[in-house]
Amino acid sequence: MQSVWTLLSWGPEGWLDDIAYGVFITVSLAAATLPLGLVIGFLVALAKQSNEPSLRLAGNIYTTIFRGLPELLTLFMIFYGAQIGIQQLMRLYDPTAAVEVNAFVSGMIALGVVFSSYASEVFLSAFRAIPKGQYEGGYSVGLSGWQTMRLVVLPQLVRIALPGLANLWLILLKDTALVSAIGLTDILRQAGVAARVTKHAFLFFGVAALIYLLLAIISSFGINAIERAVGRQQVQR
Amino acid sequence: MSAAAADVATKVEKPPAIPHGWPRQRILGYALVCVWIAFLAGIAAYLVVAWNGELFAKYAPSYVTGLGVTLLLVAISIVLGAILSVPIAYARMSRNRFLSGLAYAYVYFFRGTPLLAQTFLVYYGVGSFRPQLDMIGLWGFFREAFNCAIFAFSLNTAAYQAEILRGAIESVPRGQWEGAASLGLHKLQTMWKIILPQALIVALRPYGNEIILMIKGSAIVAIITVYDLMGITKLTYSRTFDFQSYVWAAIIYLIIVETLRHAVEWIERRITIHLQR
Repeated sequence: MQSVWTLLSWGPEGWLDDIAYGVFITVSLAAATLPLGLVIGFLVALAKQSNEPSLRLAGNIYTTIFRGLPELLTLFMIFYGAQIGIQQLMRLYDPTAAVEVNAFVSGMIALGVVFSSYASEVFLSAFRAIPKGQYEGGYSVGLSGWQTMRLVVLPQLVRIALPGLANLWLILLKDTALVSAIGLTDILRQAGVAARVTKHAFLFFGVAALIYLLLAIISSFGINAIERAVGRQQVQR
Repeated sequence: MSAAAADVATKVEKPPAIPHGWPRQRILGYALVCVWIAFLAGIAAYLVVAWNGELFAKYAPSYVTGLGVTLLLVAISIVLGAILSVPIAYARMSRNRFLSGLAYAYVYFFRGTPLLAQTFLVYYGVGSFRPQLDMIGLWGFFREAFNCAIFAFSLNTAAYQAEILRGAIESVPRGQWEGAASLGLHKLQTMWKIILPQALIVALRPYGNEIILMIKGSAIVAIITVYDLMGITKLTYSRTFDFQSYVWAAIIYLIIVETLRHAVEWIERRITIHLQR
């Protein structure tokens, strides 16, 4: 019977190095998804708050679909669907082609669309919190539509949306655990491998859960720092 | 620079007029709607082309049972979680530092870690405690993946529901408590007759969201070999390699979630009639 500390040590005996690699994958997946989700979410929110009914409809369909599907199902559909779709395309040129879709990219896209559909709602309510006078003020000093958006609306929007987006970041961090189901070696999968090999399931899954908790705590410190910085800016103006 | 700014200022002296005809936004909007229509029509066409009566007859009944398992799992977890959330919310609001700290730690743990990790912790982790569980006769319970899922989900949703309950109760102004006390109602009566009816209006939407999150989250039990809707879907796909198995599951999930969402909105409209002006 090995001791707990041997199991959790760094190196060939222990599993800490493998789990650390999992942490690296998890964090980089979440960090890669964030900008993707923010950009798509902002564009969808722009569509949903526009005066044009057809644009609103298109944005609402997007949100309805990706907010209503379970994240795991979205992930599987993108992972297997992309595989089948690309394979069909490749068959047109080369009938023997076999395609392997990258699990990291599929995870990034799936988590990105889910994140963006929630983020669009956050951005939308932030848009609604900005009074119409801000746009009118922008026009009245001679700014174009795009300039008003960039110089007047966006700085206020970010400040209002920040708490909601911070919440979504914490959810995203937890949702990355799902990619272990399509074979990406994140924290949970590495813990699962360690648990299977050593038969200390409770220990390793407990450690995995605590690592997620630690990531959440670190994130909330970071979020607090950002909110303080943004708040200070507001006071200075 | 000032000359350029002044130039722009004279050009745009009033807010842009409401667009007529075919402005850029409208073209973009119609194009996007057309893309969606094409996409949805494509999926419908795919389902028609890929229609396989034999396959449908073979797997449709198991989809129905899978749906039943999903709904049963969510219903039991939500109810157990609701029961469990009351003492947690009470502890969280109590003045006792130790009690509220404990409740806070519970809530923080279950909200800060992925549901999947919690489920794994229960499903694979209980094996480490087999002798103890054997002793108190609970091993039979935890051997079933379904029971493990219910256990993990109930603990998880209890944490979320406790926060919803706490937020809703604290949203009721203090004056309500004081008014009730001045009328001679005791604490429990005040809670039951004055506070909860007002708090539940606030809590309705978060509760609805929690049920929706639970239905979506319950898909992960497919990974620990429970044959819920997602589990059946995975099984069907692994047997037939037919992508439509996933499309059908997506349609069923979307219908459930949208129905629930609209039901919650309808109930909210009904119970806030006296607040609308």
